[in-house]
Amino acid sequence: MTVITDAAENVAGAGVSGSRRVRRLTGRDKIVLGLMVGIPTLLHVALVWVPTLVSVLLSFSSWDGIGGLATIKFVGVQNYVTMFTVSPTFWPAVQHNVIWLVFFVLLPTPFGVFLAYQLDKSIRFTRFYQTAIFLPVVISAAVTGFIWQTIYDPDNGLVNSILGTNKPGVAYIEWLGDSHLNLWAVLIAASWKQAAYIMILYLAGLKGADPSLREAAALDGASEWQTFTRVTFPALKPINIIILVVTIIESLRAFDLVYVVAGSNGTKPGLELLSILIANNILGESSLVGYGSALAVILLVISLVPILSYVFQTFRKEQQS
Amino acid sequence: MTAVAEVPATAASRPAPAPRRKPIRPARVVLHVFLTATALVWLVPFVWAVYTSLRTFADTSQHGYFSLATALTFENYQNAWEQAGLPHYFLNSVIITVPAVLVTLLFSASVAFFVSRFNFKVNLLLLMLFTAGNLLPPQVIITPLFRMYLLIPLPDWLSNGSGLMYNSFLGVILIHVAFQSGFCTFVLSNYMKTIPHELTEAALVDGASVFRQFWQIILPLCRPAFAALATLLTIWIYNDFFWGLVLFQTGANRPITSAIASLQGQYFSNQNLIAAGALLTAIPTLAIYLALQRQFVSGLTLGANKG
Repeated sequence: MTVITDAAENVAGAGVSGSRRVRRLTGRDKIVLGLMVGIPTLLHVALVWVPTLVSVLLSFSSWDGIGGLATIKFVGVQNYVTMFTVSPTFWPAVQHNVIWLVFFVLLPTPFGVFLAYQLDKSIRFTRFYQTAIFLPVVISAAVTGFIWQTIYDPDNGLVNSILGTNKPGVAYIEWLGDSHLNLWAVLIAASWKQAAYIMILYLAGLKGADPSLREAAALDGASEWQTFTRVTFPALKPINIIILVVTIIESLRAFDLVYVVAGSNGTKPGLELLSILIANNILGESSLVGYGSALAVILLVISLVPILSYVFQTFRKEQQS
Repeated sequence: MTAVAEVPATAASRPAPAPRRKPIRPARVVLHVFLTATALVWLVPFVWAVYTSLRTFADTSQHGYFSLATALTFENYQNAWEQAGLPHYFLNSVIITVPAVLVTLLFSASVAFFVSRFNFKVNLLLLMLFTAGNLLPPQVIITPLFRMYLLIPLPDWLSNGSGLMYNSFLGVILIHVAFQSGFCTFVLSNYMKTIPHELTEAALVDGASVFRQFWQIILPLCRPAFAALATLLTIWIYNDFFWGLVLFQTGANRPITSAIASLQGQYFSNQNLIAAGALLTAIPTLAIYLALQRQFVSGLTLGANKG
């Protein structure tokens, strides 16, 4: 996933002359334009936004998915009540999602920003550093899971081999099996990707920033910490917002790595996440469509906070112009 | 991730353009040590996986994995490739990724052309819709989408014999297109806004239709953006795990990234094979990244900066 900043400046000039041009369109041009925008929009709306709305509707219903659409029953907020009060997995999942987010905000994200800030100085070998650190972003989260399995494996993994904790009965740490440890172990693997991803995004932001600001601050005798916190960081507000949105969205989307690491059926105590619960509801034996949709609605509501604030902040300027 | 505090006031001033050699500053040395250490730490998981994959099972079961190898061999790669039938799954990945990338680019370019070259009232709404849709977690829509796919009939030749959108390559390709066109539309519309209007106006005066303006003037000028986005999309779609997992009933149709999870339990009995299988899966993306690094990074950052 990637996010985009506003290009408000680029719009300048597109406005006034554009409206004149519209009138010069022939009938055939209008049909062509209609198809050009209509087909992709239809597909996007049909496959992304219609299911989103249907999800909300289905969350108030009960359906086992086996009988036809006629067997869907309206049950009010029953699914939500079950989720909040009865389900043994919902609250742990919420808790793990929150831990994931807080961890990402506190560690890999600032570290990625820090790396970007260091790499932005004109230093030698910067290409090598960037390439090496960025490699984890290029491989899939699923493969990341396999690679880290070979590191966390209790008997043969790298970590236990180094620590000498691969002796059952004597000293034995099950990094991915122990429900108190596995979330943290997975978070380290996820941070390996996240920090690198943030680094490259922030580096792009820094490259776009005016270097004279930094130089002026240095000439005025500001320490490097002061230069960053008082000059560079505030000047990069758009990219800061992107980084924040990416961090939140990635925390909510976390799925592949956890699913792979959790083993054959995709669940393991200690590794419940909202995304995992929703997927298991579909992949599992008994599919509870209404309940799965209610879980999705919770995820949707949480996601809409960063998504909407991002979209409105990005497009506000364009609207004004 | 340790030495964070050790990079203090690293040469706050940029080096003046002095003709003579710059003196070695201790702060710079500390910085290089820190960055080298970080880069090496970041490479450790790869190196460990590669090392494990190159050793024979006999060697590792006798001496343990954390030991010096007696011999290095590509045997595990060969076994993973043949036993698990990996070529079949790679082919699935190609069948999904190539059309998905091309259609996404075509669709996004069309919408981007519309919103960037004309001044309609719906433009802003369209862009917001696409951008917001692109940011949704896929799990939000999967439950109804899964049901929808089970209800949509498709002719057999389009659906791998399932007769449904579910379990078909087409279904997975379409969801990739729907999702990814959000990001690409935004990037391309920013890019197209930087193309001077005089160019299309001149064509208009010559009587060129809207389609010709799009196809013969705007599209060729967007080549750098297409190169960057195509690189990025190929890696993303190839790396997709979720859609490939959920929207296929049988493992046989899954792309390699999703298939590898179930293959692991079936065929990869030891760590050496798991590591080899995982690395084989990663090779295409690593190759694309190392070959087209500039396109990839500029694709990511096209979005993060102004077109």
